[in-house]
Amino acid sequence: MINQIFFFYFSAVIVAMSVMAITRRQVLHGVLYMLLMFFHIAGLYLFLNAEFISAVQIIVYAGAIMVLFLFVIMLLNLREDIRKKQFIAVWPMGLLVSSGILMVVLMSMLTVRTGTKGVWGIAQIERVTETVAVGTVLYMQYLFPFEVASLVLLVAIIGAIVLAKRKVK
Amino acid sequence: MATLIALETARFGVPQWLWTIGFIIVKIAVVLAGVMLHVAYATYFERKVIGRMQNRLGPMIVGPYGLLQPIADGIKSFFKEDIIPTNADKPIFFMAPVLGLMAALSSLAVVPFFNGFVIANINIGLLFLFAMSSLAVYGVILGGWSSNSKFSFLGSLRASAQVISYEVPLGLSLVGVMMMAGSLNITEIVNAQSRYPGGMYIIAQWLGFFVFVVSAIAETNRSPFDLPEAEQELIAGFFTEYSGMRFALFFMAEYTGMIIMSSIAVLCFLGGWTIPPFVLKLLPFLGVVPGIVWFIMKLYVCIFFYYWIRSTLPRYRYDQLMAIGWKVLIPLSLANIVITAVLKILLHHAGTP
Repeated sequence: MINQIFFFYFSAVIVAMSVMAITRRQVLHGVLYMLLMFFHIAGLYLFLNAEFISAVQIIVYAGAIMVLFLFVIMLLNLREDIRKKQFIAVWPMGLLVSSGILMVVLMSMLTVRTGTKGVWGIAQIERVTETVAVGTVLYMQYLFPFEVASLVLLVAIIGAIVLAKRKVK
Repeated sequence: MATLIALETARFGVPQWLWTIGFIIVKIAVVLAGVMLHVAYATYFERKVIGRMQNRLGPMIVGPYGLLQPIADGIKSFFKEDIIPTNADKPIFFMAPVLGLMAALSSLAVVPFFNGFVIANINIGLLFLFAMSSLAVYGVILGGWSSNSKFSFLGSLRASAQVISYEVPLGLSLVGVMMMAGSLNITEIVNAQSRYPGGMYIIAQWLGFFVFVVSAIAETNRSPFDLPEAEQELIAGFFTEYSGMRFALFFMAEYTGMIIMSSIAVLCFLGGWTIPPFVLKLLPFLGVVPGIVWFIMKLYVCIFFYYWIRSTLPRYRYDQLMAIGWKVLIPLSLANIVITAVLKILLHHAGTP
């Protein structure tokens, strides 16, 4: 009972905050609603016994990425968005595509099947703590994909530096 | 929660879960009251220390040796007029100082002051502290932005860039401690230190401690890294437009932040409420001193260090600040991680943990 109340609260707030974030005319207010949404996502993770992921969610998204968003907004000195009648000319097409995606999501939700249970059940996680579990799985079982992902990020960093350095020459 | 309710056993006609909640609330009240008192007297301590270092007496008028000065300051700022700039973004302007103080105070939830006394003994204590210290910058950024003044704006731009840059070495410098203790739980880290022969991780982690101290000073916007509030250039930086109680909230957030950073240093590098085992063997009577005394003594040594640095060093230039963060501290902390990991594996294979 109490679980359902918590879950309903978190998911309702996440949906409400996402809607608020994209409808605000003041860009900074939108960013703040997004920040609240990230907090509720972190709460949802905590609710799933994933304490490590929830802390990382706050550190990375709320602490770093949203601060960068704020930084960009402040550097560009965006105050209020211009009110325009129609932003995109082909909105019926967009409506069609998005309702199609919604249909796909609904259909997949109706036919969802839970996967088979692995080694890492709740009892096991509570025994070794979630941080240890994530570390063990990430560095033992999925070491190669992890390294590939970090290589991809390195390429992105080098690309950013190359783009930024071109002007200096 | 469900198990808690199922276990309810009435004591004085009050169910058990209510006792638990009541106990937590009392703990929170005790911690908040204690820390706010320390925040008030940290300002007094700062003015005294800096006064003495500059051959002055510091506050002397209010009370004996000026001891009531912080209380007088508090009352004054409480009754001052609250001025709001005309073009300020009001909701954000009101929210910003509260947000800053909230982030600073919620970090206190995971700080163990002595053995067993912690509001929430969670497994990710250290990560929680990082998360909250990274939120503290929101108060600064939003306060500067919503004031609609160029000085505030420049101050908050500087603050955001500075805090993003120094959060990285701050986190990386503690990875060595995490590796040595094998845990993120702060109580566990302190207990692991008392098992370690040196008694304090500062001996093995001196490089990490150095990086931590520098980035902690930068993270709390203290001199010599107080660019966001550089008086000579920006009047008061991000809180130029704030007055009265809202200004006092920013002030309290800054000092609470200092206390939090000092307590992380005490808990992760200086052994928390314990004293090294070899000292205890040498002078066994020290064992009767309660842990909170050691904790507060170490805390005040760290806070004194903050003031010492402030009254000794001139402010860095902005490009120097960025260069120190990215070109010196991050490579040093990465080197520290590699050295700690290699040594841990080598010692582990040699047989001694």
